Amino acid sequence: MRHEWTSFWHSGVSPHGRDVDMLFGGLLLASALVLGLLFFLLTLFCIRYRVSNAVDRDHRIRKSWHWEVTWTAASLLGFLALFVWGASIYLDIFRTPPDELSVFVVAKQWMWKVQHTGGQSEINALHIPVNRPIRLVMASQDVIHSFFIPALRLKHDVVPGRYQDLEITAERSGHYHLFCAEYCGTEHSGMTGEIVAMEAADYAGWLAQQSPSASLAQEGGALFRELGCSGCHGTGSKVHAPALEGLYGNPVPLSDGSMVTADDKYIRDSILLPRSQIAAGYEPLMPSFEGKVSEDQLLRLVAYIKSIGGHRS
Amino acid sequence: MNEDNYLNAGYSLRSWFFTTDHKRIAILYFASLIVFFLIGGAAATAIRIELVTPQADLVSSDMYNRLFTMHGIIMVWFFLIPSIPNTLGNFIVPLMIGARDLAFPRLNLLSWYLFMLGGGVTLFAIFAGGVDTGWTFYTPFSTLYSNSYVAVAVTGVFIAGFSSILTGLNFIVTIHRLRAPGLTWYRLPLFLWSLYATSVILVLATPVLAMTLVLIVVERVLGVGIFDPKIGGDPLLFQHLFWFYSHPAVYIMILPGMGVINELISCFSRKQVFGYKFVAWASLAIAALGFLVWGHHMFVSGQSLLASLVFSFMSFMVAVPSAIKVFNWTATLHKGSIRFDAPMLYALGFIGLFTIGGLTGLFLACLAYDVHATDTYFVVAHFHYIMVGGMVTAYFGGLHYWWPKITGRLYSEYWARTAAVLIFFGFNLTFFPQFILGAEGMPRRYHVYPPEFQVWNVLSSGGAVILAIAYLMPLVYLGYSLFFGRRAPANPWDAPGLEWQTPSPPPEYNFDTQPVVTRPPYQYSPDFAAEPQNA
Repeated sequence: MRHEWTSFWHSGVSPHGRDVDMLFGGLLLASALVLGLLFFLLTLFCIRYRVSNAVDRDHRIRKSWHWEVTWTAASLLGFLALFVWGASIYLDIFRTPPDELSVFVVAKQWMWKVQHTGGQSEINALHIPVNRPIRLVMASQDVIHSFFIPALRLKHDVVPGRYQDLEITAERSGHYHLFCAEYCGTEHSGMTGEIVAMEAADYAGWLAQQSPSASLAQEGGALFRELGCSGCHGTGSKVHAPALEGLYGNPVPLSDGSMVTADDKYIRDSILLPRSQIAAGYEPLMPSFEGKVSEDQLLRLVAYIKSIGGHRS
Repeated sequence: MNEDNYLNAGYSLRSWFFTTDHKRIAILYFASLIVFFLIGGAAATAIRIELVTPQADLVSSDMYNRLFTMHGIIMVWFFLIPSIPNTLGNFIVPLMIGARDLAFPRLNLLSWYLFMLGGGVTLFAIFAGGVDTGWTFYTPFSTLYSNSYVAVAVTGVFIAGFSSILTGLNFIVTIHRLRAPGLTWYRLPLFLWSLYATSVILVLATPVLAMTLVLIVVERVLGVGIFDPKIGGDPLLFQHLFWFYSHPAVYIMILPGMGVINELISCFSRKQVFGYKFVAWASLAIAALGFLVWGHHMFVSGQSLLASLVFSFMSFMVAVPSAIKVFNWTATLHKGSIRFDAPMLYALGFIGLFTIGGLTGLFLACLAYDVHATDTYFVVAHFHYIMVGGMVTAYFGGLHYWWPKITGRLYSEYWARTAAVLIFFGFNLTFFPQFILGAEGMPRRYHVYPPEFQVWNVLSSGGAVILAIAYLMPLVYLGYSLFFGRRAPANPWDAPGLEWQTPSPPPEYNFDTQPVVTRPPYQYSPDFAAEPQNA
């Protein structure tokens, strides 16, 4: 028999994981108290007031507002406390991650495809260094999937048609389950993989060992020319199109007067739906690439534009 | 036995299939629901057998996905939602308020035909090739990617929805218009308050489901982009629409159960329900707040963080009236004269299981824990505690309580108590391990799973065997009682409710003279008039 059979509790191995475990303990304790009180009273009343027991039944507690108000108020206060506790950790889990080391994840029926910025790619596995926040940029090629790492107490749906940011940190090296948690068709339960958390040195070694032919940005650069993007956006182009050098991470004025930050989502949307956000001073000339580029190609283009970006200021 | 009753008013098929008598329609529903319950239960059994081992050995992945989809669709729309309202409710509501029938007897019959038509269409989809979307029909999987009979199944559910709307409408009008003289709102038995609240949800929420299902068919068949981003739709829009119906639907599935429990607790402790007005208004509060919590199914879907905060807060709020009910039931027992007949055993089991289901609901309402637990077996265990541990237990309790009235026969008390106890233990053994599986992170709808989850799955499947046998037992001893049971008196529980003041089984028009009500409900004599009749 495997050893895991006996040990069924593994504590969370992320900073949030510990908070969530504490919360779980608090919820368990509160439930045990309520359930204990209830079962005690039920048992007591059932034994004491069984019909064959000749016990004093006079002076029944009368209907009174006091009882109702007491247990209503008690439930309300308890619930409020739990709400605030759970909400504060939740906001912390899903705060927008700053620009950390990012890894692209493409979900499709029925696999997880991972692209590191250096060009390393893996399927149904994700290697990460320990104790370093990693920013995942996730996209789905087809239906809704959900990226779930129980050991990190972390899950987020990957909805097609948009990028989803998620920050993950593992505090201990090891192999952890990766599950697809949103039902996605025939091989849903086969859409699993593992998270391999490694010490920084091992991680660097692993990255080097993969020896990819080109980095993501380089592949994106090739696509940029192949798909004809460079015809308009390239230097020396005669078409009046925004230059993309130095774009990434900076504010872009739009024709409707508003400003957006050129992040992954903005770049993705601008390729697929170029007319939804027009840069100020430009004609809406660009054709949509919706249906013409896959999520795999998109993330390479994003990586390329990111690589020629950088903060101007 | 009453010589002139609704059962012997006619023996032809025509007298059953064209009846407008609410009691006969209740029987039609009851017989149909047994069939659906057995089909849905068979699917559950196959699922539990498959999950005994981590590998796929009994069925293929496609088959497994079809099994849990079929289990969900059948159990939700063709068993749980109609269970108490359309059988016990149909039978008891007019009797409880001293009326001859529901307000619209022919609509009542139409509702059964629509239900059967919807059920037939859905069963056709299931047996012609099956549906593999899960009962939630999430897009864009259901609209573009699934190669199964989605459109047909959706049509079946769509049709059955109209049966729900008609039933809800009928109950609302009946409770407003047909109460006996003197039967004021605060003299209504609490079962009626809870059915009233249920009916409001049925009428207001079901149309939203109908529209959502139509949109699925429009996208799937006509290719109009509504939910799939590839053709310009939004997948989350579907979830908002679906849960706007389906979360209130959870309350459709539990409120009638809560209503039955009031009747049982009160009768077998010989006391009026503690805090009557609070319990009555708690039902309506649940119905109202239940419309404002749908987003708690979407905490990790990508909806805005602010929306998640609001939905989490509202979910905690909707738990308050449920807590009020549990406390009031417990207080009702205080200084009662408690007898443990089979219906009371079901009622006590209900309180325990419902409370566990409710408390674990708080875990899921709690945002940060839901991130971990959603879409795992924790959720599966939680809602089975509410819907099966709660609603099905209440259904069985109510069925045993009113069985003498409905059939004019008494069942074997020994076997009834045995079944009640077995259901309680079998249920806990089946579903408690699933909380542990979920806390450990086993996702739901998994056909194969990592081996470390096996031990809890084996326990759960073992419990399911006990549970399956316990659920089949009433079929035997209640069936036996139909033919060989002793004749039931008009009022075997010595209860003051109007339904007990007419013979068992009731005459075709319920009451010979119009009853007049002069007192509040639940005026039980402190002790039972007679020894248990069923011994």
